[in-house]
Amino acid sequence: MADGTSILKGINLEVKPGEVHAIMGPNGSGKSTLSSVVAGREEYEVTGGDVLLDGESLLDCSPEERAHKGIFLSFQYPVEIPGVSVSNFIKTALNSHRAARGEGPLEAALLLKKMREKLELLEMDKSFLSRSLNEGFSGGEKKRNEIFQMAMLEPRLAILDETDSGLDIDALRIVAQGVNALKSPKNAVVVITHYQRLLEYIVPDFVHVLLNGKIVKSGTKDLALELEERGYDWIKKENAGK
Amino acid sequence: MHNKLLNLYAEHEADLARESGDAVASKRRTAIDRFESLGFPTKHWESWKYTSLKSTLATEYTTVPPFASASQHALEFKDLESYFLDELDAYRVVFVNGVYSSWLSSTTHQGLDVCTLGSSWRKSPDWLAENFAALDELDEPLVLLNRALAREGALVHVPKNTAADKPIQIFYFTTADEPLFAQVRNIVVVESGARVEIIERHQALNGKAHWTNAVTEIRVAPNAHLRYTKLQNDVSTATLTDATFVHQAADSTAVVNTFSCGGKLTRNDLRFHLAGSNAEAHLHGLTLIHGDEHVDHRTFVDHAVPHCTSHEVYKGVYDGRSHGVFNGQIMVRPQAQKTLAFQQNDNLLLNDRAQIDTKPQLEIFADDVKCSHGCTVGQLDADALFYLRARGIPETEARALLMLAFTNDALAQVELPALERKLHALIHKKLRVSVA
Repeated sequence: MADGTSILKGINLEVKPGEVHAIMGPNGSGKSTLSSVVAGREEYEVTGGDVLLDGESLLDCSPEERAHKGIFLSFQYPVEIPGVSVSNFIKTALNSHRAARGEGPLEAALLLKKMREKLELLEMDKSFLSRSLNEGFSGGEKKRNEIFQMAMLEPRLAILDETDSGLDIDALRIVAQGVNALKSPKNAVVVITHYQRLLEYIVPDFVHVLLNGKIVKSGTKDLALELEERGYDWIKKENAGK
Repeated sequence: MHNKLLNLYAEHEADLARESGDAVASKRRTAIDRFESLGFPTKHWESWKYTSLKSTLATEYTTVPPFASASQHALEFKDLESYFLDELDAYRVVFVNGVYSSWLSSTTHQGLDVCTLGSSWRKSPDWLAENFAALDELDEPLVLLNRALAREGALVHVPKNTAADKPIQIFYFTTADEPLFAQVRNIVVVESGARVEIIERHQALNGKAHWTNAVTEIRVAPNAHLRYTKLQNDVSTATLTDATFVHQAADSTAVVNTFSCGGKLTRNDLRFHLAGSNAEAHLHGLTLIHGDEHVDHRTFVDHAVPHCTSHEVYKGVYDGRSHGVFNGQIMVRPQAQKTLAFQQNDNLLLNDRAQIDTKPQLEIFADDVKCSHGCTVGQLDADALFYLRARGIPETEARALLMLAFTNDALAQVELPALERKLHALIHKKLRVSVA
């Protein structure tokens, strides 16, 4: 980091198309840092290793270039931007992706149709489109808005950073339903969470435990259940012994 | 320059006195005497600490004489169309080089008066004697100079319980081949229960270093409503010094929006006197400048009686080597209990050469009041920028979007859709926003 603190200390994680990975870990273990580094936040300095997408390094790419290549980060705290409507924002983002591929802007009617479809998927009202981006949104609306953007941008790799925090059970179900509907053999999802609850709806192929900037344990979805039951202390102890 | 103006006054004093009568003549005389002893302000003056007139004063000006006649410049309606809110059905009072242009204007005396000062000295001398220099109590050389020499400008009088049927646009165009220095004065009286909306714009049509020194006096009677928008987007060689005085009686509402988006030097003195209880004042300002442009807002809200509200929000985005000044003074007098006064000044500096001097000044002498103020100076929010970029929006566009969001509430007190569209387009252009 800019202040010289080292946060991530060696992460080796391979995500294949079609897979869902969950990263769990206690507060301060580096979960959000990991997602920021992958998405290209410039405040973090990468001192070693690489971030590869389809074998190609992303480290020299700007956040927008990474987005164009297919990285999507669902933010834990989406930023409020008054005066910019959801539809204008998504149009700008989508057309930036298209421009990066050498395509012209999406025709207005097609764009609207696509937005309506995705809204329906997330059980969102179309009045949502004309609201200022995240301004005055409830916690649930913000998270749904993130998944709506993901649905519109169709990323290769989506990282959901604590998408479940602040969601009630109905919102959680709808968000998960949206994520599941977007799953395909071509794309992959990394779910970052504190709780096993979300993983009942988005079932992971692999679960990893992040502790002090390292992945210290990997397993299947049963590992998440075990963590729910026993907490992180046993892993900490196990790891301290090493 | 100083002597030239004193001579100009001496030359025309008799004619001015003949036209405006003794009462106004004596006000003019006092003003020019005071101007003579004060001279032009310098940076040693507290009120001009951050704004220098030096470079403006270094220009050799042709001064517009009080009784100037129309210039030879043939201006066609189509030359000016882009400055008008053309889709808006409005009254227009248009001046070219300080002289009224009847063929570009659309005035009225039906139901309300929308006309000129110049034509009213003869027609309504008593009314003018009562309303000219009635509110401009400010010991500032430029206001005094204007009081001494100005005899032309827009006159708006909305009678009791009348809602003006159309908005009014006031335009001052400058086309002269040589730098021109003009004194113009607007007088607006909104009688009790009346309502009006006015838009004022100053525009040079060439790149000469013109200077307009304007004073506007606005009287808002009990239960009357005024909405006044100043659109300042002049060429980067022009100077505008403006002083606007708003006097509000009980239960009145007055809104002054000031959009300062261009010009070499712009100085706005905006003074509200809340003289009747339950008066409500709104001061909204947006400054978007770049290059070497300079904008100085100096506001004063005088809460003189109980139960009044003032709401002031000024925002600025400064690029290049531009320089902004905000000095917002709020006075709550001892008798002005139950005052609600809010002031906020937020500034974005886009690089380290741009500069803002901001000074909120609250003087509160009553104890049962609610007053708050705040000011911020900063750069664009890094979190927000990352959010937009992570969605694939290129950095320059992401910055523009965030600036657009920052300026958003400046339009809160703009109600005319045609004006709102015009201002939207202007803000988008200034911030180089390419999204719809």
